Amino acid sequence: MMEAMAVPPFERFYVEHRDVVFGFLVKRVGRAQAEDAFQETFLRALRGWGTLRHGRHLRAWILTIAAHVVFDSAKSPPSNRLLQGDEGAAEDGLPAYAELAHLADELPPTERAAVVLRYGYDLPYAEIGAALGSSEDAARAAASSGIRRLRKKERWT
Amino acid sequence: MTHVTSQLDGRFRAAAADAGLLDAAYDLVDTPIGTLLVAATETGICRISFDPEPEWEVEQLSRLLGTKILRVAKPVDEARRQLDEYFERRRTEFELAVDLRLSAEFSRRVLEELAKVPYGETTTYGALAVRAARPRAARAVGTVMNRNPIPIVLPCHRVVGSTGSLVGYGGGLERKEQLLRLEGALL
Repeated sequence: MMEAMAVPPFERFYVEHRDVVFGFLVKRVGRAQAEDAFQETFLRALRGWGTLRHGRHLRAWILTIAAHVVFDSAKSPPSNRLLQGDEGAAEDGLPAYAELAHLADELPPTERAAVVLRYGYDLPYAEIGAALGSSEDAARAAASSGIRRLRKKERWT
Repeated sequence: MTHVTSQLDGRFRAAAADAGLLDAAYDLVDTPIGTLLVAATETGICRISFDPEPEWEVEQLSRLLGTKILRVAKPVDEARRQLDEYFERRRTEFELAVDLRLSAEFSRRVLEELAKVPYGETTTYGALAVRAARPRAARAVGTVMNRNPIPIVLPCHRVVGSTGSLVGYGGGLERKEQLLRLEGALL
Protein backbone atom coordinates (compact mmCIF):
# COMPACT_ATOMS: atom_id res chain seq x y z
CA MET A 1 0.00 0.00 0.00
CA MET A 2 2.80 2.41 0.85
CA GLU A 3 4.32 1.71 -2.53
CA ALA A 4 1.12 2.78 -4.28
CA MET A 5 1.37 6.19 -2.60
CA ALA A 6 4.89 6.86 -3.85
CA VAL A 7 5.37 9.26 -6.73
CA PRO A 8 5.42 6.95 -9.78
CA PRO A 9 7.83 7.22 -12.70
CA PHE A 10 6.60 10.01 -14.97
CA GLU A 11 6.34 7.54 -17.85
CA ARG A 12 3.74 5.49 -16.00
CA PHE A 13 1.78 8.56 -14.93
CA TYR A 14 1.82 9.95 -18.47
CA VAL A 15 0.65 6.72 -20.09
CA GLU A 16 -2.14 6.34 -17.51
CA HIS A 17 -3.58 9.83 -17.95
CA ARG A 18 -2.71 11.03 -21.45
CA ASP A 19 -5.98 9.92 -23.12
CA VAL A 20 -8.17 11.36 -20.38
CA VAL A 21 -6.33 14.67 -20.48
CA PHE A 22 -6.48 14.81 -24.27
CA GLY A 23 -10.20 13.99 -24.24
CA PHE A 24 -10.79 16.71 -21.67
CA LEU A 25 -8.88 19.26 -23.76
CA VAL A 26 -10.62 18.31 -27.02
CA LYS A 27 -13.95 18.96 -25.29
CA ARG A 28 -12.79 22.27 -23.88
CA VAL A 29 -10.97 23.88 -26.80
CA GLY A 30 -11.57 21.66 -29.83
CA ARG A 31 -9.22 19.28 -31.49
CA ALA A 32 -7.14 21.90 -33.32
CA GLN A 33 -6.07 23.66 -30.13
CA ALA A 34 -6.06 20.57 -27.96
CA GLU A 35 -2.70 19.36 -29.29
CA ASP A 36 -0.76 22.41 -28.14
CA ALA A 37 -2.67 22.46 -24.87
CA PHE A 38 -1.87 18.77 -24.35
CA GLN A 39 1.84 19.32 -24.75
CA GLU A 40 1.78 22.36 -22.49
CA THR A 41 -0.20 20.49 -19.83
CA PHE A 42 2.27 17.63 -19.55
CA LEU A 43 5.30 19.92 -19.77
CA ARG A 44 3.88 21.86 -16.83
CA ALA A 45 3.28 18.59 -15.01
CA LEU A 46 6.88 17.59 -15.64
CA ARG A 47 8.15 20.94 -14.34
CA GLY A 48 6.07 20.53 -11.20
CA TRP A 49 6.79 16.82 -10.79
CA GLY A 50 9.67 17.36 -8.39
CA THR A 51 7.41 19.14 -5.93
CA LEU A 52 5.04 16.18 -5.51
CA ARG A 53 5.41 14.48 -2.18
CA HIS A 54 3.17 11.51 -2.92
CA GLY A 55 1.39 9.86 -5.82
CA ARG A 56 -2.22 10.35 -4.74
CA HIS A 57 -4.88 12.29 -6.63
CA LEU A 58 -2.74 12.55 -9.73
CA ARG A 59 -5.78 12.51 -12.00
CA ALA A 60 -7.23 15.52 -10.20
CA TRP A 61 -3.82 17.18 -10.23
CA ILE A 62 -3.22 16.82 -13.97
CA LEU A 63 -6.78 17.89 -14.85
CA THR A 64 -6.39 21.00 -12.74
CA ILE A 65 -3.22 21.78 -14.69
CA ALA A 66 -5.06 21.13 -17.96
CA ALA A 67 -7.82 23.51 -16.83
CA HIS A 68 -5.20 26.17 -16.07
CA VAL A 69 -3.71 25.70 -19.54
CA VAL A 70 -7.13 26.14 -21.13
CA PHE A 71 -7.64 29.25 -19.06
CA ASP A 72 -4.25 30.70 -19.95
CA SER A 73 -4.71 30.04 -23.64
CA ALA A 74 -8.11 31.77 -23.55
CA LYS A 75 -6.36 34.77 -21.91
CA SER A 76 -9.53 35.88 -20.17
CA PRO A 77 -11.55 34.62 -17.22
CA PRO A 78 -13.89 31.72 -18.06
CA SER A 79 -14.69 32.60 -21.63
CA ASN A 80 -18.10 32.51 -23.23
CA ARG A 81 -17.01 29.48 -25.12
CA LEU A 82 -16.43 27.65 -21.86
CA LEU A 83 -19.81 28.75 -20.58
CA GLN A 84 -21.71 27.54 -23.59
CA GLY A 85 -23.94 24.57 -23.23
CA ASP A 86 -23.44 24.12 -19.51
CA GLU A 87 -26.44 23.39 -17.39
CA GLY A 88 -27.03 25.85 -14.58
CA ALA A 89 -23.70 27.63 -14.50
CA ALA A 90 -23.24 29.73 -11.39
CA GLU A 91 -23.00 33.10 -13.02
CA ASP A 92 -23.67 35.41 -10.13
CA GLY A 93 -20.94 35.95 -7.59
CA LEU A 94 -18.48 33.92 -9.63
CA PRO A 95 -15.13 34.82 -8.15
CA ALA A 96 -12.28 35.85 -10.40
CA TYR A 97 -10.52 32.75 -11.47
CA ALA A 98 -7.21 33.75 -9.96
CA GLU A 99 -8.82 34.33 -6.60
CA LEU A 100 -10.62 31.02 -6.77
CA ALA A 101 -7.46 29.15 -7.62
CA HIS A 102 -5.68 30.81 -4.73
CA LEU A 103 -8.43 29.95 -2.28
CA ALA A 104 -8.84 26.45 -3.61
CA ASP A 105 -5.14 25.75 -3.14
CA GLU A 106 -5.90 24.98 0.48
CA LEU A 107 -8.41 22.24 -0.32
CA PRO A 108 -7.75 18.51 -0.51
CA PRO A 109 -6.87 17.66 -4.13
CA THR A 110 -10.13 16.08 -5.26
CA GLU A 111 -12.25 18.84 -3.73
CA ARG A 112 -9.88 21.39 -5.22
CA ALA A 113 -10.20 19.90 -8.68
CA ALA A 114 -13.98 19.68 -8.40
CA VAL A 115 -14.29 23.28 -7.19
CA VAL A 116 -11.90 24.66 -9.80
CA LEU A 117 -13.42 22.70 -12.66
CA ARG A 118 -16.97 23.54 -11.62
CA TYR A 119 -16.73 27.17 -10.58
CA GLY A 120 -13.61 28.24 -12.41
CA TYR A 121 -14.45 26.57 -15.70
CA ASP A 122 -18.14 25.75 -15.46
CA LEU A 123 -17.75 22.13 -16.35
CA PRO A 124 -20.91 20.09 -15.77
CA TYR A 125 -20.67 17.65 -12.88
CA ALA A 126 -21.06 14.68 -15.21
CA GLU A 127 -17.93 15.74 -17.04
CA ILE A 128 -16.00 16.45 -13.85
CA GLY A 129 -17.00 13.05 -12.50
CA ALA A 130 -15.88 11.35 -15.68
CA ALA A 131 -12.62 13.27 -15.71
CA LEU A 132 -11.87 12.44 -12.08
CA GLY A 133 -12.73 8.80 -12.60
CA SER A 134 -15.73 8.94 -10.29
CA SER A 135 -19.43 9.73 -10.76
CA GLU A 136 -21.49 12.84 -11.29
CA ASP A 137 -22.77 12.54 -7.71
CA ALA A 138 -19.29 12.13 -6.29
CA ALA A 139 -18.12 15.22 -8.20
CA ARG A 140 -21.09 17.21 -6.90
CA ALA A 141 -20.36 16.05 -3.36
CA ALA A 142 -16.66 16.91 -3.65
CA ALA A 143 -17.42 20.38 -4.99
CA SER A 144 -20.01 21.20 -2.34
CA SER A 145 -17.83 19.87 0.43
CA GLY A 146 -14.99 22.00 -0.96
CA ILE A 147 -17.23 25.07 -0.98
CA ARG A 148 -18.39 24.33 2.58
CA ARG A 149 -14.79 24.07 3.67
CA LEU A 150 -13.95 27.37 2.02
CA ARG A 151 -16.93 29.08 3.62
CA LYS A 152 -15.93 27.79 7.01
CA LYS A 153 -12.66 29.60 6.55
CA GLU A 154 -14.73 32.75 6.09
CA ARG A 155 -12.66 33.66 3.10
CA TRP A 156 -15.39 32.91 0.66
CA THR A 157 -17.94 35.59 0.02
CA MET B 1 -12.49 7.60 -25.27
CA THR B 2 -10.32 10.02 -27.25
CA HIS B 3 -6.88 8.62 -27.87
CA VAL B 4 -3.68 10.59 -28.18
CA THR B 5 -2.24 10.09 -31.68
CA SER B 6 1.23 8.62 -31.89
CA GLN B 7 2.36 11.81 -33.59
CA LEU B 8 1.20 13.98 -30.69
CA ASP B 9 2.61 11.48 -28.22
CA GLY B 10 6.01 11.58 -29.92
CA ARG B 11 5.93 15.35 -30.09
CA PHE B 12 5.38 15.70 -26.35
CA ARG B 13 8.08 13.16 -25.52
CA ALA B 14 10.62 14.93 -27.73
CA ALA B 15 9.68 18.31 -26.26
CA ALA B 16 10.14 16.98 -22.73
CA ALA B 17 13.65 15.77 -23.56
CA ASP B 18 14.56 18.93 -25.50
CA ALA B 19 13.48 21.07 -22.56
CA GLY B 20 15.98 19.22 -20.37
CA LEU B 21 13.26 18.27 -17.90
CA LEU B 22 14.07 14.57 -17.56
CA ASP B 23 16.16 12.68 -15.05
CA ALA B 24 16.63 10.01 -17.71
CA ALA B 25 15.24 8.95 -21.07
CA TYR B 26 15.14 5.41 -22.41
CA ASP B 27 14.17 3.52 -25.50
CA LEU B 28 14.22 0.00 -26.85
CA VAL B 29 16.89 -0.88 -29.40
CA ASP B 30 16.65 -3.99 -31.59
CA THR B 31 19.88 -5.91 -32.15
CA PRO B 32 20.82 -9.36 -33.46
CA ILE B 33 21.21 -10.51 -29.85
CA GLY B 34 17.78 -9.32 -28.82
CA THR B 35 15.99 -6.14 -27.84
CA LEU B 36 17.94 -3.92 -25.48
CA LEU B 37 16.65 -1.20 -23.21
CA VAL B 38 19.05 1.74 -23.38
CA ALA B 39 18.77 4.60 -20.88
CA ALA B 40 20.60 7.91 -20.86
CA THR B 41 20.90 10.92 -18.58
CA GLU B 42 22.16 14.35 -19.63
CA THR B 43 25.63 13.03 -18.80
CA GLY B 44 25.55 9.91 -20.96
CA ILE B 45 24.40 6.33 -21.30
CA CYS B 46 23.61 4.97 -17.85
CA ARG B 47 22.02 1.59 -18.54
CA ILE B 48 21.79 -1.14 -21.15
CA SER B 49 19.57 -4.11 -20.26
CA PHE B 50 19.07 -7.46 -21.94
CA ASP B 51 15.59 -8.98 -22.11
CA PRO B 52 14.09 -5.85 -20.63
CA GLU B 53 10.80 -5.75 -18.83
CA PRO B 54 10.29 -2.04 -19.39
CA GLU B 55 7.92 -1.45 -16.51
CA TRP B 56 10.29 -2.97 -14.00
CA GLU B 57 13.29 -1.21 -15.53
CA VAL B 58 11.51 2.13 -15.40
CA GLU B 59 10.73 1.60 -11.71
CA GLN B 60 14.41 0.86 -11.06
CA LEU B 61 15.63 3.91 -12.99
CA SER B 62 13.03 6.01 -11.25
CA ARG B 63 14.19 4.87 -7.82
CA LEU B 64 17.87 5.35 -8.62
CA LEU B 65 17.96 8.46 -10.79
CA GLY B 66 14.73 10.34 -10.05
CA THR B 67 11.14 9.87 -11.12
CA LYS B 68 11.27 12.08 -14.23
CA ILE B 69 11.78 9.12 -16.54
CA LEU B 70 10.27 9.05 -20.01
CA ARG B 71 10.61 6.89 -23.08
CA VAL B 72 12.07 9.14 -25.81
CA ALA B 73 13.90 8.01 -28.93
CA LYS B 74 16.19 10.95 -29.58
CA PRO B 75 18.48 10.87 -26.53
CA VAL B 76 19.19 7.22 -27.36
CA ASP B 77 19.57 7.63 -31.14
CA GLU B 78 23.35 8.04 -31.17
CA ALA B 79 23.79 4.89 -29.09
CA ARG B 80 21.36 3.08 -31.37
CA ARG B 81 23.35 4.14 -34.42
CA GLN B 82 26.66 3.01 -32.93
CA LEU B 83 25.20 -0.29 -31.76
CA ASP B 84 23.86 -0.91 -35.28
CA GLU B 85 27.33 -0.26 -36.70
CA TYR B 86 28.94 -2.50 -34.10
CA PHE B 87 26.65 -5.40 -34.95
CA GLU B 88 27.31 -4.86 -38.65
CA ARG B 89 31.05 -5.02 -37.95
CA ARG B 90 31.46 -1.43 -39.07
CA ARG B 91 32.51 -0.19 -35.64
CA THR B 92 35.14 -1.47 -33.23
CA GLU B 93 35.00 1.29 -30.66
CA PHE B 94 32.11 3.10 -29.06
CA GLU B 95 32.29 6.85 -28.86
CA LEU B 96 29.58 7.43 -26.29
CA ALA B 97 29.58 9.38 -23.05
CA VAL B 98 28.65 7.14 -20.12
CA ASP B 99 27.15 8.00 -16.77
CA LEU B 100 28.54 5.79 -14.00
CA ARG B 101 27.18 7.83 -11.12
CA LEU B 102 25.40 4.79 -9.71
CA SER B 103 28.58 2.73 -9.45
CA ALA B 104 30.75 2.86 -6.34
CA GLU B 105 34.33 4.06 -6.65
CA PHE B 106 35.96 0.64 -7.01
CA SER B 107 33.41 -0.46 -9.60
CA ARG B 108 33.91 2.72 -11.53
CA ARG B 109 37.69 2.22 -11.58
CA VAL B 110 37.26 -1.34 -12.82
CA LEU B 111 34.72 -0.29 -15.47
CA GLU B 112 37.04 2.46 -16.68
CA GLU B 113 39.83 -0.09 -17.09
CA LEU B 114 37.39 -2.45 -18.78
CA ALA B 115 36.58 0.23 -21.35
CA LYS B 116 40.21 0.06 -22.51
CA VAL B 117 40.14 -3.65 -23.39
CA PRO B 118 40.35 -3.59 -27.21
CA TYR B 119 37.89 -5.02 -29.68
CA GLY B 120 38.53 -8.64 -30.61
CA GLU B 121 40.74 -9.33 -27.60
CA THR B 122 40.06 -10.91 -24.25
CA THR B 123 41.51 -10.39 -20.82
CA THR B 124 41.01 -12.16 -17.49
CA TYR B 125 39.35 -11.15 -14.24
CA GLY B 126 42.76 -11.31 -12.56
CA ALA B 127 44.46 -9.13 -15.17
CA LEU B 128 41.71 -6.55 -14.92
CA ALA B 129 42.10 -6.56 -11.12
CA VAL B 130 45.79 -5.80 -11.55
CA ARG B 131 45.02 -2.95 -13.92
CA ALA B 132 42.53 -1.52 -11.43
CA ALA B 133 45.38 -1.58 -8.85
CA ARG B 134 43.71 -4.31 -6.76
CA PRO B 135 45.65 -7.41 -7.80
CA ARG B 136 43.92 -9.72 -5.31
CA ALA B 137 40.42 -8.61 -6.17
CA ALA B 138 39.74 -10.92 -9.15
CA ARG B 139 36.54 -12.18 -7.50
CA ALA B 140 35.33 -8.65 -6.81
CA VAL B 141 36.08 -7.79 -10.43
CA GLY B 142 33.86 -10.71 -11.41
CA THR B 143 31.05 -9.21 -9.37
CA VAL B 144 31.55 -5.82 -11.03
CA MET B 145 31.40 -7.50 -14.46
CA ASN B 146 28.22 -9.31 -13.49
CA ARG B 147 26.61 -6.01 -12.50
CA ASN B 148 28.03 -3.98 -15.38
CA PRO B 149 25.34 -1.35 -15.97
CA ILE B 150 26.33 -0.75 -19.61
CA PRO B 151 27.23 -4.09 -21.20
CA ILE B 152 28.44 -4.24 -24.84
CA VAL B 153 29.56 -0.58 -24.69
CA LEU B 154 31.64 -1.42 -21.62
CA PRO B 155 32.87 -4.76 -22.96
CA CYS B 156 32.60 -7.17 -20.04
CA HIS B 157 32.09 -9.92 -22.64
CA ARG B 158 35.85 -9.62 -23.29
CA VAL B 159 36.70 -10.75 -19.75
CA VAL B 160 37.15 -14.51 -19.34
CA GLY B 161 38.54 -16.93 -16.75
CA SER B 162 42.28 -17.60 -16.39
CA THR B 163 41.83 -20.98 -18.12
CA GLY B 164 40.08 -19.31 -21.06
CA SER B 165 36.61 -20.51 -20.04
CA LEU B 166 33.88 -17.97 -20.56
CA VAL B 167 32.76 -18.22 -16.90
CA GLY B 168 29.56 -16.12 -16.98
CA TYR B 169 27.70 -13.19 -18.44
CA GLY B 170 24.89 -10.96 -17.17
CA GLY B 171 23.03 -11.40 -20.46
CA GLY B 172 23.62 -15.18 -20.57
CA LEU B 173 26.67 -17.12 -21.78
CA GLU B 174 25.19 -17.59 -25.22
CA ARG B 175 25.30 -13.84 -25.82
CA LYS B 176 28.88 -13.61 -24.54
CA GLU B 177 29.83 -16.20 -27.15
CA GLN B 178 27.93 -14.38 -29.88
CA LEU B 179 29.66 -11.08 -29.09
CA LEU B 180 33.13 -12.65 -28.99
CA ARG B 181 32.43 -14.48 -32.23
CA LEU B 182 31.22 -11.27 -33.84
CA GLU B 183 34.50 -9.63 -32.87
CA GLY B 184 36.50 -12.59 -34.13
CA ALA B 185 37.84 -13.34 -30.67
CA LEU B 186 36.38 -16.87 -30.73
CA LEU B 187 36.85 -19.27 -33.60
